[in-house]
Amino acid sequence: MNLMSRIRRIPFWSWVWFLLGALYFLLPLYATLNFSLRMERDVIGFKAYIRAFEDPDFLKTFLYSNMLALLTIIASIILIVPTAYWIRLRLPEARRIVEFITLLPFVVPAIILVFGLIRIYSSPVNIPFTEIRILQPLTTFEVGTDILIIAGYVVLGLPYMYRSVDTGMRTVDVRTLTEAAQSLGASWFTIIVRIILPNIRAALLSGALLTFAIVVGEVTLASFLGVPAFGPYLFLLGQHRAYEPAALSFASFLLTWLAMGLLQLVSGEQGQAAGAH
Amino acid sequence: MAQTALNPKSSLPASGWKNWIGVLPFFLFAVLFLVLPSLRLVMGSFADNEGQFTFANILQLFQEQSILDAYWLSIRISAATALGGGIFGFLLAYSVTVGGLPKPLRSALITFSGVASNFAGVPLAFAFIATLGRTGFVTALIKNLFGVNLYQQTDFDLYSFWGLSLTYMYFQFPLMVLIMAPALDGLKREWREAAENLGASNAQYWLKVAFPVLLPSLLGSMILLFGNAFGAYATAYALTGGRLGIITIQIGAQIRGDVLHNPGLGYAMAMGMVVIMAISLMGYSWLQKRSERWLR
Repeated sequence: MNLMSRIRRIPFWSWVWFLLGALYFLLPLYATLNFSLRMERDVIGFKAYIRAFEDPDFLKTFLYSNMLALLTIIASIILIVPTAYWIRLRLPEARRIVEFITLLPFVVPAIILVFGLIRIYSSPVNIPFTEIRILQPLTTFEVGTDILIIAGYVVLGLPYMYRSVDTGMRTVDVRTLTEAAQSLGASWFTIIVRIILPNIRAALLSGALLTFAIVVGEVTLASFLGVPAFGPYLFLLGQHRAYEPAALSFASFLLTWLAMGLLQLVSGEQGQAAGAH
Repeated sequence: MAQTALNPKSSLPASGWKNWIGVLPFFLFAVLFLVLPSLRLVMGSFADNEGQFTFANILQLFQEQSILDAYWLSIRISAATALGGGIFGFLLAYSVTVGGLPKPLRSALITFSGVASNFAGVPLAFAFIATLGRTGFVTALIKNLFGVNLYQQTDFDLYSFWGLSLTYMYFQFPLMVLIMAPALDGLKREWREAAENLGASNAQYWLKVAFPVLLPSLLGSMILLFGNAFGAYATAYALTGGRLGIITIQIGAQIRGDVLHNPGLGYAMAMGMVVIMAISLMGYSWLQKRSERWLR
């Protein structure tokens, strides 16, 4: 009787769903790991990892992608923090339109965005209605392409970064902090850099980690704009190698895990990014 | 307000057009890198090869069988993974919230969902090739356990509709878990107690109380999953190398080189995609508002 009631209390179906989910999560990871360790016949070893990490192109593209991620994060902080701050302080009537814009990247997926960016910025920018050129086509020189792809990544990360920053500012009393700083003679620059930024650092970090997760393995923008990033490198590697791509895929998973783990640590919430699929 | 008046520096007018200068950089950025590129595609889809206004591209969109097929394939994959991922994700979220599983499992699942919903693109495709490809781990497992060769004795192919759907599911249902877990937490204990006091069975409680309350957020999340799959490009490209003609892959081919031999038609194809995404986002936000009536 006692045993029966105890068995009945075990949520059978909940366990079934949970175990199925765990299987779906873990099987591909296990398969990838298992495959990546079998580069040498009949030996379990890290040869594929050593080979993959030794490739100078790996290091180059990986560092390049990290640099892009870092610049994207800096650019979006510079763009979004003052905007969100100003809306909270002075311009609540702009909230709706700005929030609307930050949701647009959900409507314009990466493939469409890059399509439009290429069509606009592969021709020179003239002063309207004249033939006077003010800008070379951005896609024709390296710095121009970098600017273009960073701008694109800022757009892809916009929903996440804006939401993080806005949530962060909700928890601090922006108005009082501003007035206190002003009465001590602080300039706007000082207020934002030395008062607001430190107060929302957890929110900034979580926005930054999400942006990092989107950018570091991104393929769509990177391959169409032709930059030497990690995503296209991994894709090309997969065309003519078997074990090294598996090794790098598993390593990417660990990297995503690291970013999301840190995110949970700093903000106590889960990241949901949908930009880079 | 009296305090602000004492402070000379913050005595800028509380409202007025000057305040909009503060958000100008943001709008400038949005126009340059989001609005203009999108507008370019819209304008392009209404222009013929000479740049004259025309509806021909839009009309041709509905006549070109290859384009219709691509949309239809994308819609089917997105709907299948939204439905499958939605239901499975809901059941998982249920099992760790009100389903009575131990607390640590909940945080494990949520953490893993956060990672998996961000794990996509090339690495995800390679992981599934290692799992369900011709020499994949699970393929070999099924062969050894049941003696069935997936690729010779069944129709299964990782580089097809079902294969891509299974792969998409890897980021779809974790996203559902992340959205539904808080919604399930919003079910109030009092509702269940009230239902039980009135003599309702467990099934009656779920059918008549919990499910109707959850329905808008369930549907809304599934629409979000639909859009999530519909806009995906990298995973499909890495998995099938462009052989499976979903709409994003067709658009990619059009960007690389004018495969349709009509740039305007290419723009129209891209715009059609934006329209579908916009409709699904509107549906999502409408349902989200409805669900907030009960669940906060």
